[in-house]
Amino acid sequence: MITLQEIKKSFLVSLWFMFLTFPIMVIKVNTIEQTIEWRWWWMAAVGLGAFVLSFFWRIAIARKEAGKKKAEVSGEEKIALIPRLMSNPRFYIPGLVATVALVVIFPFVFSMYQTNILITALIYVVVGLGLNIVVGLAGLLDLGYVAFYAVGAYSYALLNYHFGVTFWMALPIGALLAFLFGIMLGFPVLRLRGDYLAIVTLGFGEIIRLVLENWNAFSFGPSGIANIPKPGLFGLKLSLQQSSIFIYFVMIGLALMTIFVVRRLQDSRIGRAWIALREDEVACQAMGIDKTRTKLSAFAMGATWAGMGGVVFAAKTTFINPTSFTIWESVIILCVVVLGGMGSILGVIIGALVLILLPEYLRAFSEYRMLVFGALLVMMMVFRPGGIVSGVRRIYKFEGLQNKVDS
Amino acid sequence: MKPVLDVNQLTMDFGGLRALDHIDLQVHPGEIVALIGPNGAGKTTFFNCITGIYAPTKGDMFLTRPQGEPKRLNGLKPNRVTERGMARTFQNIRLFQNMTVLENVMIGRHCRLHTGIPGAIFRPPASRREEKEVVADSYAMLEKIGLTRYVNEFAKNLPYGAQRRLEIARALATEPFLLLLDEPAAGMNAQETKALDELILRLRSDMKVSILLIEHDMKLVMSLSDRIYVVDYGKKIAEGNPEEIKSNPAVIKAYLGEDIDA
Repeated sequence: MITLQEIKKSFLVSLWFMFLTFPIMVIKVNTIEQTIEWRWWWMAAVGLGAFVLSFFWRIAIARKEAGKKKAEVSGEEKIALIPRLMSNPRFYIPGLVATVALVVIFPFVFSMYQTNILITALIYVVVGLGLNIVVGLAGLLDLGYVAFYAVGAYSYALLNYHFGVTFWMALPIGALLAFLFGIMLGFPVLRLRGDYLAIVTLGFGEIIRLVLENWNAFSFGPSGIANIPKPGLFGLKLSLQQSSIFIYFVMIGLALMTIFVVRRLQDSRIGRAWIALREDEVACQAMGIDKTRTKLSAFAMGATWAGMGGVVFAAKTTFINPTSFTIWESVIILCVVVLGGMGSILGVIIGALVLILLPEYLRAFSEYRMLVFGALLVMMMVFRPGGIVSGVRRIYKFEGLQNKVDS
Repeated sequence: MKPVLDVNQLTMDFGGLRALDHIDLQVHPGEIVALIGPNGAGKTTFFNCITGIYAPTKGDMFLTRPQGEPKRLNGLKPNRVTERGMARTFQNIRLFQNMTVLENVMIGRHCRLHTGIPGAIFRPPASRREEKEVVADSYAMLEKIGLTRYVNEFAKNLPYGAQRRLEIARALATEPFLLLLDEPAAGMNAQETKALDELILRLRSDMKVSILLIEHDMKLVMSLSDRIYVVDYGKKIAEGNPEEIKSNPAVIKAYLGEDIDA
């Protein structure tokens, strides 16, 4: 495995790095005493670090290539660990029980801070599953997805401000409005795909944000809307902590509903049409699938979940303004889908938890937080381009099918 | 009896280039008709026009279901054309690569099913029944075409010949009465071509479909076809049964070129 050549290559990399970082890492000008310090031991550290990292990188890549070759030779695709565990009742039943138990007791055991970041992560689970319909299943790269999230959040905030609409009323209304906006965005982009679609949706997202920022009379501009009520529970007075716990369970319910609906859609005539659209648009139409309707339904169904997520977001933070709905937000949601595994429900859930919780727990690294996060993303995409859990196609069993048809 | 497909004076211009020039073509019920011509003659353009992928510049196209009235095809979207009963395969295979073989055929059934979004979410008995039927029907189709052993394989992992047959199975799943095959034997070896020959004849006798095919393999064309149309540079240069085409001087000229002294 470890050949002399690889050591040589890593050595060259480390030399190169020492040379590159020489001016900033080694030379230090002391401006008070007008002297130059030569920090040679810094150079040694850079050299050693680059050597070790490059060496391990090489080994990891080599192992990955070897694994791929082996799979090609044996002619069968290795089923990944997680789906294999999922299909084995001896593992997934205790796993499921443990997860349910953890989910139920979580807000009572851990602090309010922990509960709150988990609520945020759960919002991203719902929104990510929505985007998964658009990007993962239908293959339409949507970079303006946050617009629908904003539609949901603002519909609750504004309806509540003007008409005193409650959270439970706003949830379906926000979903419906986002659904309609999804169709509205769908129409102009019907002819587009790939890069062009990405750019137009990006523009759409920015339009919504800019409108919210500048139309003071409508949305109160950059100052946003404050004092949005948290969801009520039969008119009970809830303390701050209680209401966090309540939102947490609302979010769990919403996430479960999303999983249920997305699963069913995926396994249906509509879901198959979405995937066919992703695979080949021309063939899809030639096989009798209405491209217009299929695309619009994907946009609309995806947007609906973003709308609901937005309503909960507004209720949770009690204050919204346009800065919560920038392009960065769309990128994070897209990362959730891609990192988790396009077209895979479990993948998107894990992706959302990792992407939202990890930066929180990495706060210990303070300013290096985003660096570590970025490095993890890059490594993930190099070593597991399919995402954490890649989508699996359903297997149909046909033993005794003939008899069933005859009888 | 009325022809299942009746194309009159079909013309297609791409900018200044006339790809199809006043083409007439008929396919009668139960017929196997071949459309041949040198590369770039406009054969695939012809398919794309009648299936609604391109909007022709001029001309009329009518599709007649057996015992039905002629329906005009002009201006219909590809999916509507397929709904009307004309399905096609592609010259360069266009399967849904990352779907299983069974799912590919299930997509073919799409336009004959009705479950919408509410049906998909709530799964009323009608949707459940429909879903069971589509799986059974698609499997039965794979049995007919002989692809059952690949049923849960990804389409992209199939051998080449099987991919071609899967395209045919997928097209047949839409319940067509006219099947358009765009170079079905391209890239096949002699043995696979022979199996294809038998398959096409079997489709006509068992499933009562008429067939219009584009093909370069002359042996296959001559043995299968009832009638042959020859196009060159977008114009129809000959029409007739295989014997007539073989001895037609215009066809020989188009394929072999003119003598230098002529």
